Amino acid sequence: MSMAQLVESEAEPRRTKRWRGRLLPYLLSLPALLVCIAILVPFVTAAVYSLQRYRLNLPYLRGFIGVDNYIDFLSDPAFWNTLRISLVYTAVTVIAELLLGLGIALLLRRPTRFHNAVSIMLLLPLMTAPAIAALMWKLMTNPSFGILSYLVGLLGAPDFKWASDPSTALFTVVLVDVWVYTPFIMILLLAGLRSLPRQPFEAAALDGVPASFVFFRITLPMLAPYIITASLFRLLDSIQQFDIVYAMTQGGPGDRLMVFQVQAYLEFFQYTNVGRSAALLMILWLITNILSNIFIKNWLRLRARAHGHA
Amino acid sequence: MDHSSLAGRIFRGIALAMVLVFFMFPIVWILLMSFQSNEQILRIPPRILFEPTLANYEALISGQLKTAAGNLQISFMRNLMNSFILSSASVILALLLGVPAAYAFARFKFRLGETIAFTLLSFRFAPPLLVLLPLSLYYQQLGLNDTYFGIVWVYQLIALPLILWIVRGYFEDISPDIEHAYRLAGHSWREAFTRIAVPLAGPGIAAAGLLSFIFCWNNFVFALILASADKQPVTVGALAFVTASGIQYGQIAAAIVLSVTPTLLLALYAQRYLVEGLSLGAVKG
Repeated sequence: MSMAQLVESEAEPRRTKRWRGRLLPYLLSLPALLVCIAILVPFVTAAVYSLQRYRLNLPYLRGFIGVDNYIDFLSDPAFWNTLRISLVYTAVTVIAELLLGLGIALLLRRPTRFHNAVSIMLLLPLMTAPAIAALMWKLMTNPSFGILSYLVGLLGAPDFKWASDPSTALFTVVLVDVWVYTPFIMILLLAGLRSLPRQPFEAAALDGVPASFVFFRITLPMLAPYIITASLFRLLDSIQQFDIVYAMTQGGPGDRLMVFQVQAYLEFFQYTNVGRSAALLMILWLITNILSNIFIKNWLRLRARAHGHA
Repeated sequence: MDHSSLAGRIFRGIALAMVLVFFMFPIVWILLMSFQSNEQILRIPPRILFEPTLANYEALISGQLKTAAGNLQISFMRNLMNSFILSSASVILALLLGVPAAYAFARFKFRLGETIAFTLLSFRFAPPLLVLLPLSLYYQQLGLNDTYFGIVWVYQLIALPLILWIVRGYFEDISPDIEHAYRLAGHSWREAFTRIAVPLAGPGIAAAGLLSFIFCWNNFVFALILASADKQPVTVGALAFVTASGIQYGQIAAAIVLSVTPTLLLALYAQRYLVEGLSLGAVKG
């Protein structure tokens, strides 16, 4: 250790090579910078499109129209439907996944071999491609042979139509989202739970403090940074949900599941209305940008703790 | 908390059993379906015991689908191949671009570095279509639409932030003292980087690479927009296959099994690193 410190004190870069040392970090990050630019150019383009009347099928009508695309949304029930469905979808999935994930993490808290095996098994849904997961559930909810349709039939609901019925479509898609992403919250919270210091829990046990008090006054507050980071992660992904909804119902039945990105995709490819699609995505970006700023702050704090330089 | 009551233990046991059933049943059921003929699948009530058949896999591998309406050519194996090509190429490119940059961000504190790192991170959370839709128009002009290179390039959106932030964490955890000592012995920074820093961060680099592979493989929307049939990976291919094959449910199940097997095996292999990777290095498992 003392040797290492000694070496460090002498390890200043030599004067002759200083200019190269200065340039080095820039050279190393140049390729990453290129990728950044390659992302930013289409992003700025999208922002410009959102201010244009731009339809792929009517190119001669293309022109700058200011914020008209946005103003049109205000009086457009389809837009409010999209906003409402996206927010409901996000709220329901994140709350369900958070409660379920926290519950499972608590069940698996003690690091026994069995608990570890279960937590590894739960990784499998998370590592399944969400679009493929949607297909799996589609097979299981198929009205003619789906095992789940059969089971709810036994339970006395033979007409349960899952994703093809407007009244149960949201429930079905949320169920798939919960199946895929609950393990994400679980695995982060489990790592958090296991990293908590032992002393407060041992002291509480010695004093005979009731379990509910320990949970609400010790466990939850100490776990809060993990809960916040995991939920924001999910919040950001959930409000942009595309794969599961598209693979399962393409936004239907009707416009029942028209979340932001599915609506924007259809605006672009079905109605070839680039301007409107871009404006829709800019609004979604605004929402996610606010959320991701909050997220990054929390995440940086947690990261600094994990890497030992808080 | 270790000494819980009998009722508590029974409750925990039942709860865990329900959790396991909910999360494992779909995988097991689809796996079983993939070994059944269509007649067996359509039987009511469904049976757990059946005579397994490999016909579904044979049809997929040979590319010949026998339907009531005649033979149907399918190219699911090609989708599988595309997934391998696209995911591997994306990870290799992201490692080549990302590891040196991660090293620079960890060792030198410079403004531009932080800007790049945070821009990539914030776009990890931006709606992918926001970048993809204009990009698809640019790609049409540049002739990059429906090329492996074009798709691999946008997959950097997935792989690069992951590699940058995970590997950066690993570099930060290694004391720079060792590299300094090596430099003092007369070696160049490049030697210090390739012989000291990269091998020490090896497990992190491997983990970030495996995770990026999984996420590229699982991606759906990028290829949906940028790839046509002969460049499509399994995620998009499976969906198209469902539409094309109609009621060949056994083959659909087999296609699903083939699509998810590579990532699930990789995930099991890399499970030790998944916690850290999924949180971009903010939580250590």
